[in-house]
Amino acid sequence: MMDFGFVLSKSSTVDLNKVDLSMYRQLEKLSPDVRTCMACGSCSATCTAAPYSGMSVRKVILGLQRGNDVSAMLSNCMLCGKCTMVCPRGINTRNLILNLCRIHETGGRNDR
Amino acid sequence: MIYQGKQKIWSDYQKDIPDDHWFYARSCIRQNFFPASEKYFLEITKGLLGKDICDNEHHTTCGGIAYHSDTIPQETAMTIVARQFAIMTECGYENLVVSCITSFGNYNETIETWREFPELEAKIRENLWKACRREFKIPKYVAHASDLIYKFRNEIAAKAVNRLVDRNTGEPLRVVEHIGCHYSKMFPHKGFGGAEYPCVLSGMVESWGGRVIDYPERRHCCGYGFRQYHVKANRGYCVSNTYKKFESMEPFHPDMIITNCPGCPYFLDRWQYVISEQTGKTYGQNGYGIPVLTYEELAGLMLGYDPWDLGLQTHQVAVEPLLDKIGVKYDPAAKYLGVNKEDIMRPELPQFLKCH
Amino acid sequence: MRPNVVIIGGGIAGMEAAKQLLYLGYSPILIEKTARLGGHVADWYRLFPDMTPASEVIENLKKDIQNANVFLETGVQFINRLRDTYNVMLTNGVSINCHAILFATGYDLFDARKKEEYGYGVYNHVVTNRDLELWFGGNKDVRIPERPKSVGFVHCVGSRDMKAGNMQCSKVCCMTAIKQAIEIKEKFPESEVYCFYMDLRLFGKKYEDFYISAQRDHGVHFIRGRVSEVGENIDGTLQVKAEDTLNGKPLKVSLDMLVLMAGMLCGEKTRELADGVRMDVDTDGFFKSRDNIYNVTESSRNGIFFAGACTGTKTVPETVSEARAAVLSIHNYLQQK
Repeated sequence: MMDFGFVLSKSSTVDLNKVDLSMYRQLEKLSPDVRTCMACGSCSATCTAAPYSGMSVRKVILGLQRGNDVSAMLSNCMLCGKCTMVCPRGINTRNLILNLCRIHETGGRNDR
Repeated sequence: MIYQGKQKIWSDYQKDIPDDHWFYARSCIRQNFFPASEKYFLEITKGLLGKDICDNEHHTTCGGIAYHSDTIPQETAMTIVARQFAIMTECGYENLVVSCITSFGNYNETIETWREFPELEAKIRENLWKACRREFKIPKYVAHASDLIYKFRNEIAAKAVNRLVDRNTGEPLRVVEHIGCHYSKMFPHKGFGGAEYPCVLSGMVESWGGRVIDYPERRHCCGYGFRQYHVKANRGYCVSNTYKKFESMEPFHPDMIITNCPGCPYFLDRWQYVISEQTGKTYGQNGYGIPVLTYEELAGLMLGYDPWDLGLQTHQVAVEPLLDKIGVKYDPAAKYLGVNKEDIMRPELPQFLKCH
Repeated sequence: MRPNVVIIGGGIAGMEAAKQLLYLGYSPILIEKTARLGGHVADWYRLFPDMTPASEVIENLKKDIQNANVFLETGVQFINRLRDTYNVMLTNGVSINCHAILFATGYDLFDARKKEEYGYGVYNHVVTNRDLELWFGGNKDVRIPERPKSVGFVHCVGSRDMKAGNMQCSKVCCMTAIKQAIEIKEKFPESEVYCFYMDLRLFGKKYEDFYISAQRDHGVHFIRGRVSEVGENIDGTLQVKAEDTLNGKPLKVSLDMLVLMAGMLCGEKTRELADGVRMDVDTDGFFKSRDNIYNVTESSRNGIFFAGACTGTKTVPETVSEARAAVLSIHNYLQQK
């Protein structure tokens, strides 16, 4: 291979036809209320872990909808439940995080 | 694709340009990139069609390349433009036909800026007078050189000895048209067909027997973008845009690409080599690339000029598969013979991209 | 004999006004340029928020105005102001003397072809909100695939768009898109449906319920980003590009069909007609009411009134209510004369 001193840049475009939604689909089954998220961000605004760790329930949900790996964010959650208190759509976000952890633990097998 | 829908849009973006008496503004880089294109523009318009086109040695670069690279202020670029207009005026012409797309954009941008800010025009007139004691009239018409070939496309078709048809199958060739950004993205009404579905090149292709391919990334910039490419660290971004276009057109199996900009054909051609070296991927048939031609080169081929006189040996991507498809006669042994039949030497062959 | 009232426009505003004028004992003369009554609503299949069949609304109104003078396929050539009446010259040669004129001229649906980057009229599977309603109502449409696997809705086509010359929000499109997205999901439960929006403006009665239902019950995907351009793939599907603004990244998706939510504009023809009586146009391009808070149905000219979308984008119930309000304004005006 010739060295030109530059290489093709990786595209940041998300191709929705190619994203892996398997994790999101599993979560939808365990926490159907995840679908009603309207990305208001109150969960992240009130999150204990957010300012120090980058944790954000809003970003976790969006990330799953775009096929991203969100496990690093999950590990920062303290499960305090504050996000559940502020969600205007009444999503049980604490339960949602627990369900996600469970999905991760079982390697995606929904057998619990 | 609903063809009538495009025709409707094309009819909304027609411009009236005179068919004769033009002052020709050359490009500063095209003569290096595509050494015969401008020569054959003059050969076809002046020689073959008998038009009055003035080619004057006193004009310079339009300054657009420096302006877009942020190395000169707009005021300087406008004063250079004013000098070009002055030379046109001195030669007794009122219509400016421009070889380069960025120049075309630059002239239009200057004229439109003066229309909005007359005080700026007055200032530039003063600058020009102070610098070189010249005065000018604003051109009545500014056309891109491809506009003129588009206007004469049917006359060219009538005189053509070749057509954009696969001689073995009788099928029209599949042609990608790529329009330079500054042709109509800045001023959609100044380009034939507008900015979304320009017809300046597709009109030529259809008139000369080919079929235009409309692929999803057809509007996308080739990626050249002066201030990106000119900084080596940014070139990955440039080639990535070209790569995106090739990935998008690949399923349509184009036989060739026709362009009307100085930078686009150069990069669409050369980047195929770079992409092949970096990814091992080629986009033409049997390991070849997709030939990229300027509209003058293609018009020249249709009219039966010798491909080596048209400068097609200076392309990175081998044009022979295209010539064979069309049935253009050429002497392979003469490919690397210059004007005096002297050997101009052979390029090194790439690792992946098949060349003759 | 009760005075004549000319109503220009046979959509729901004009029909409702005719009905109310008949109740009050006036003789309304309803002028409609097309061959049928009902205006845009007659093209629609079902109306939010209760999925009422649009035809039911139109048929009921038709019954109610059987005794009105209706001129179909008739336009207004010009209007002359006399001392305290108006002379309205129709295109069929009839000249009417009247004491009051009600403009119920409605709106024009934005011509989606003007947003060239979306390829309406160029790509095989791009339709508008109106096309989809007609198809729901039983019309054939070759652009709509038999079993679409993926469908996109583009909000704000020709609305909130200074470049398209239309700054205002068309108000009903967000809700219409969600209604139609649900209807698509009901017809094709296996399909993926995407709504591309800039803001979701769901202000009306039960609109938010529709939004929640689209998310929860139908799994409609909402992507906050305006579609920048559409291209046609080799298999005829549409490549749609937008920025996923919540994700901060460009996004693309290939869809079997795209629905453009064409917005509402004040009609060109209407404005030409208004020029004849030197009626004021508001900064948003719609007719200017005497006052935008408490005199929406009155123009600045005595004896000329407005109802419905000719003064701005309106929903169906707003239009109907406004027609009634306009009739009351006309009644008060005629009583005072």
